[in-house]
Amino acid sequence: MSQPFRLARGGSIDRSRPLVFTFDGLDYQGYAGDTLASALIANGLHLVGRSFKYHRPRGLLSAGAEEPNALVSVERGPGRVTPNLRATQIELHDGLRAASQNRWPSLAFDLGAVNDLLSPLFGAGFYYKTFMGPNLWAWARIYEPMIRRAAGLGEPPREPDPDRYTRTFDHCDVLIIGAGPSGLAAALAASQSGARVVVCDENPALGGSLLGEGEPKIDGETVLTWLEETLAALRSAPNVRLMTRTQAFGYYAQNFVGLNERLAEADLIADPHLPRERLWQMRAREVVLATGAIERPLVFPNNDRPAVMLADSARRYCLQYGAKVGDRVVVATTHDSAYRAAFDLKKAGIGVALIVDLRPEVKGALAEAARTAGIEVVAGAGILGADGRLRVNAVRIKHRGAERKVACDALIMSGGWTPSVHLFSQSRGKLIFDEALQLFKPGVSAQRERSAGACNATFDLAGALAEGDAAGRAAATAAGFTTLEARTYAVVDALPAFGAAHVSPPAVHTDRRVKAFVDFQNDVCAKDVSLAVQEGMRSIEHIKRYTTTGMATDQGKLSNMNALGIASAQLKKPIPEVGLTTFRPPYTPVTFGAFAGPARGDLFDPIRGTPIHDWAAQNGAAFEDVGPWKRAWYFPQGREAMHEAVARECRTTRASVGLFDATTLGKIEVVGPDAATFLERMYVNAFQKLEVGRCRYGLMLSEAGFLIDDGVIARLKPDRFHVTTTTGGAPRVLAHMEDYLQTEFPDLRVWLTSTTEQWATIAVQGPKAHECVAPLVEGVDLKGDAFPHMSLREARVCGIPARLMRVSFTGELGYEINVPSHFGRAVWEAAWREVQKQDGCAYGTEAMHVMRAEKGYVIVGQETDGTVTLADLGLDGMIGKTKKDFVGKRALTRPDMLLANRKQLVGLLTDNPAIALEEGAQVTESASPPIGSSALGHVTSSYMSPAVSRPIALALVAGGRSRMGSKLHVPMPGRAVSVTVVGTVFYDKEGARLNA
Amino acid sequence: MLLIDCPYCGMARPEIEFRYGGEAHIARAADPSALSDEELANFLYFRSNPKGVLAERWRHAFGCGRFFNCLRDTLSDKILAVYKAGEARPDISAERAERRE
Repeated sequence: MSQPFRLARGGSIDRSRPLVFTFDGLDYQGYAGDTLASALIANGLHLVGRSFKYHRPRGLLSAGAEEPNALVSVERGPGRVTPNLRATQIELHDGLRAASQNRWPSLAFDLGAVNDLLSPLFGAGFYYKTFMGPNLWAWARIYEPMIRRAAGLGEPPREPDPDRYTRTFDHCDVLIIGAGPSGLAAALAASQSGARVVVCDENPALGGSLLGEGEPKIDGETVLTWLEETLAALRSAPNVRLMTRTQAFGYYAQNFVGLNERLAEADLIADPHLPRERLWQMRAREVVLATGAIERPLVFPNNDRPAVMLADSARRYCLQYGAKVGDRVVVATTHDSAYRAAFDLKKAGIGVALIVDLRPEVKGALAEAARTAGIEVVAGAGILGADGRLRVNAVRIKHRGAERKVACDALIMSGGWTPSVHLFSQSRGKLIFDEALQLFKPGVSAQRERSAGACNATFDLAGALAEGDAAGRAAATAAGFTTLEARTYAVVDALPAFGAAHVSPPAVHTDRRVKAFVDFQNDVCAKDVSLAVQEGMRSIEHIKRYTTTGMATDQGKLSNMNALGIASAQLKKPIPEVGLTTFRPPYTPVTFGAFAGPARGDLFDPIRGTPIHDWAAQNGAAFEDVGPWKRAWYFPQGREAMHEAVARECRTTRASVGLFDATTLGKIEVVGPDAATFLERMYVNAFQKLEVGRCRYGLMLSEAGFLIDDGVIARLKPDRFHVTTTTGGAPRVLAHMEDYLQTEFPDLRVWLTSTTEQWATIAVQGPKAHECVAPLVEGVDLKGDAFPHMSLREARVCGIPARLMRVSFTGELGYEINVPSHFGRAVWEAAWREVQKQDGCAYGTEAMHVMRAEKGYVIVGQETDGTVTLADLGLDGMIGKTKKDFVGKRALTRPDMLLANRKQLVGLLTDNPAIALEEGAQVTESASPPIGSSALGHVTSSYMSPAVSRPIALALVAGGRSRMGSKLHVPMPGRAVSVTVVGTVFYDKEGARLNA
Repeated sequence: MLLIDCPYCGMARPEIEFRYGGEAHIARAADPSALSDEELANFLYFRSNPKGVLAERWRHAFGCGRFFNCLRDTLSDKILAVYKAGEARPDISAERAERRE
């Protein structure tokens, strides 16, 4: 396996460690230290993908994070498929399996390329113009499926991801993002102050542009020696942490920076238990941005052909990886830096046929250097286009009126440099436009950060080092540390300063037949941007959305400035007036795994279980989720179906006794001299006169007058109440109470404590409840009047101090035994033995729901939705009549609250008792209501009732109580169910069973 | 994620420890029954929603549990001042307003 385009010498790859990898099923060889991209280039492969819209053959355009074309899928076994990875950032390892995307049947012959021929149909605003009519049917049946099929590039994996992901919160004094020359100089300067310094870089090797440098010397040493010594010094400093493969992807408020650290694939293969990625949520006192710059492509016809590449990327492949992009290279440029690429390639033995400089003249030193290197330069030329389809084979230029065709196997280009201001801009810093360099650079900071080096438009090495040093010192000083004197770096650079020359604006191609690409990833051409302007788009934000330029996953890293330049020329407005679109995180795509971290499966969300949970599980309970709680739903016996089990549980409870785990009810201890006053203000009921040992059904309103929670409230002592809330409402109710106590009634001497976790609550309900509870209880007379319905006694149950309540949510005689949680299981099992003696059962939440509906008891959140009043529910009789004020009282007399046609809670019986209604179904006046008419209300609860042997339902219906006995309809697909309006209590209307 | 200074704890803590509580200084009337329907509607439903400095309530729900007030610029999302419940809304000095820019 030869590597025909590997140079004999050079680069920081390890030629002693050959690696075998596959691309589209074929084996290739590369070296340790290669990226997938550099290894492909060393093998002479440039065609690596197909474009999004036109399916045009595409090659590697760059060598870094900005790569728009070379998006590949990497497969690492079942569930380990990652699509859309940039080949330029994939480290090569032995056995790597990568595949190209968006092509069928093959990369070289892709049927989708017919889109390229049909491209006149796909101009700017294509989506807006095409998918307009004739009707919704066309959208649902033709357009949407078609768009969905065409959308996206790679295929997502089908299996769950078997890898681990993790996350860490961290803090540091100085965070330095980017380990190029300015970042490293900043790190050296900051580290000497003693500050805790973190340096992160997206690449596996630290050094940034230094890794691809040849000639320059720093302090008399080659850049690579300097780099080695600098990294050794930083590694030995105890206050510095260097992080490789770590992408700073988002800059958030108050120097909160998101970092995504990837583990090297080889390490992960060696130990698959290691986390694949780690999300760092880093809070830095000070930040130094040293994020570098990205070279700009030139815009000319067919500038997207494979082997048309950014000049500095070609140079980087040559110097860092020892890979040559071609044997006969043409350079096209509007900027000095491409000359450096030409010279370095030439020096490495690569043929450089020609430098085409689009600027009218080339200045002395560069022209001189080119002459010395033996490279022909034509200045003031225009590029007519690139020839070749699967790889460029010639470039056509126009020079002094004459056309000329130059054969080549690679065309490298430079349209100048764009500082990587993404993170600065995300930090809400203001960008300023540099007229001379035609670029945006950091202006006024909004956070505690500073930019250094190429991201600050300081492109020369000496300047970058000096600026990095200054930034590192400034950051450490701002973080409260004392720094050393400024350090001067003696830099000998081989060439005139890189990046200082004039950048011409991109050529504007308005010809509809010409494809001169601006956004490679979203297939947006110069003509599309022009068309958007012609069709009336003025704002760059509109042009962006109309053409989709800059909206691909690369977020316009290569395209934004060119699109802006073209728009500016077409609008005849200077670039700063046209404006720049917003940079948003992430800088490069971050995997879902990194964000999810360990929060998946059982760890996705905390699960709360009661002390009785395990007993329920052992006794075959099916569970349902209620908020974070797992509650026993029903207890199937043998092969019972759910409805059979629920019916049996209801019948058994009403016939003898049922045992129910009510531990999840929220509980709040309300204590203090003003506790009764406080509860009077928080609930509609009167509490001042509630006797010790008695309970009240409390109803809580919002200030707007709507029911928000309910529960039983017991008075333990004159100044102590045991308050229960709904299961889901517990935290909300406590917060609501705290809010009023702290902010509206701070004069009241009351203390609130959540005791939900402290008590296990065991409900024993049914005519035989007394027989089950009595043997367990000491010291309380349970008989009739001594312990009436809605009472509480502090007692011993099974010898354990308990709060015993006589309450019912089934309509049967009932008790609730509250014992400290850790005794919950033991007391439950004691009660269970008694229940078994009575041929009773354990029942779950479903039977509880059925039995309470049979009695017309409401569930807040099921019968109510935040717009329901007590009057709507028929519960306004509970309101303490003599109370002057309570939360929500004043709102009860708002005009809207008094309307006669408000939705009121009623019962519904289906005229055909074989049919049960569906919860949520609409209730209407007529069987076939006209389209557009409003429903009268909806069904809130519907169950098969074992007690009355027919389906029952509760519903909120406009003016419901005035419709008693009348017929209404519940329209369902294909039919309407006719119903009769009845009262809300279906069983034991007199309530005799409560005292049975 | 914002860092929020809790005026009771006296230290900056991450936003996930706090719960938002809506606009501040919307006092419940001492005698709500004296409110007209219009005054009641204003109290219940109308908020200033400014583009700029907003006085708002936060609760250090997973810390000391206390409600407090803060001045936040809704444009920059910067918190300009925090103060205890019941205290008057502080004047943001010119210097402070300038730093916000």
